[in-house]
Amino acid sequence: MKLPIYLDYAATTPVDPRVAEKMMQYLTMDGEFGNPASRSHRFGWQAEEAVEVARSQIADLVNADPREIVFTSGATESNNLAIKGAAQFYHKKGKHLITAKTEHKAVLDTMRSLEREGYEVTYLEVEANGLVDLAKLQAAMRPDTVVVSLMMVNNEIGVVQDIAAIGEMCRANGTIFHVDSAQAAGKVDIDLQALKVDLMSFSAHKIYGPKGIGALYVRRKPRIRLEAQTHGGGHERGMRSGTLPTHQIVGMGEAFRIAKLEMAEENQRFAVLRQRLWDGIKDIEQVYLNGDASHRVAGITNISFNYVEGESLIMALKDIAVSSGSACTSASLEPSYVLRALGLTDELAHSSIRFSIGRFTTEEQIDHTIKIVHEAIAKLREMSPLWDMYKDGIDLNSVAWVAH
Amino acid sequence: MAYSEKVIDHYENPRNVGAFAKDDPTVATGMVGAPACGDVMKLQIKVNDQGIIEDAKFKTYGCGSAIASSSLVTEWVKGKSLDEAALIKNTDIAQELALPPVKIHCSILAEDAIKAAIADYKQRHGG
Repeated sequence: MKLPIYLDYAATTPVDPRVAEKMMQYLTMDGEFGNPASRSHRFGWQAEEAVEVARSQIADLVNADPREIVFTSGATESNNLAIKGAAQFYHKKGKHLITAKTEHKAVLDTMRSLEREGYEVTYLEVEANGLVDLAKLQAAMRPDTVVVSLMMVNNEIGVVQDIAAIGEMCRANGTIFHVDSAQAAGKVDIDLQALKVDLMSFSAHKIYGPKGIGALYVRRKPRIRLEAQTHGGGHERGMRSGTLPTHQIVGMGEAFRIAKLEMAEENQRFAVLRQRLWDGIKDIEQVYLNGDASHRVAGITNISFNYVEGESLIMALKDIAVSSGSACTSASLEPSYVLRALGLTDELAHSSIRFSIGRFTTEEQIDHTIKIVHEAIAKLREMSPLWDMYKDGIDLNSVAWVAH
Repeated sequence: MAYSEKVIDHYENPRNVGAFAKDDPTVATGMVGAPACGDVMKLQIKVNDQGIIEDAKFKTYGCGSAIASSSLVTEWVKGKSLDEAALIKNTDIAQELALPPVKIHCSILAEDAIKAAIADYKQRHGG
């Protein structure tokens, strides 16, 4: 077996070979390299046609109209464009926005930026299972609530919010509803004819497409308008200027086309692998599954291992590419704010690992992962003074720690 | 984060992991850090009649650098008098392990652990 084993599909996915193959046809002199905005020759026309095919493929996966798809550089840009664009365009309706504490930084930081512009933002607490309590959302809504932004699938714990119900609530309140679906597209069914969602962000690289390309769904009926954030040649109906990267777009289209074809079968396979992983780990003492056990995608499993520290655990798991629920590997040394929002203690949040499985994960890889996890936990607990204290029946909360 | 070879070596082959019997009068314990911060170090020293640290053991909850720092100091304190051990500086630990700036607190914690163990010994022996 090739090591390390990649179990970080929620961070990014490899490009599917079929996607890469397609993209290569849109780069060189022999391929369709033209500028899709060139109207005066066939190089441009053919590139434009390729872009429009891709736009349809993306729309198809989520049951939208191709004219509702705006290309961006990725879900981060889509989130920025959606939230700022709608808040600014509709500022006369009000200057209040609602989101949740477990959103991606691309949403939270965009909200912070709007706060500096004079908007007011409510950051909803989530329940211990990671889901938004609809009654609390209802209570937070006001006549001047202009945008609600909630993610469909959480990137750290994989829980799926009730987008259908939230959409109804927003529509009833006359509030624009933006949904970050970076982790949802190709993983859960999305029907934008049925869902009352006004804006939805997509990323290509989470579903075996290339990095650097994403899209924003902008509803036409009822029509949603946005204040552009990137100005220039007026591409994408003025909502997002900039030459369209044909090869990236073609790659995203192909990735979405494949996802539509294979999603159902893939989800069944992931569910089996996820169960196998959890069955292999759950009997270790003091192990907890984070996030709701049923409202979740099959690909993401977030587990806390009490009394071991996350970063050393990742080191011990060097043959598996996973990520720590905590941002310890960055410079901040803060435990994951998502897990903290679920009510986990700092130490449990520090001791959490996200395993995310994907298209190329095998049963053999899962079995090897289980073995490595057992060894790592045994080794680190052998070394852990907290584990000794737990075994001696000492309540760690009763200890007067010297914080540093 | 890229770790130095020395950190990886100490992490993969930690020296002197374990604990001494709690009721041994020649043993002193220093425990520093807090679970909420992601690091707890427990350093135990065994001191002979001449005031020399004969043996040392550690248990650490923390990142690879924290484990390596504590493993290293168990090696360093052995054979030293209490006063000599007290001179070990976090900068020496950080330098030896080539810790990046974001991990300097691990070396500080290790220095604190030595000082806490020495203080515990002195307190128990009326020093």
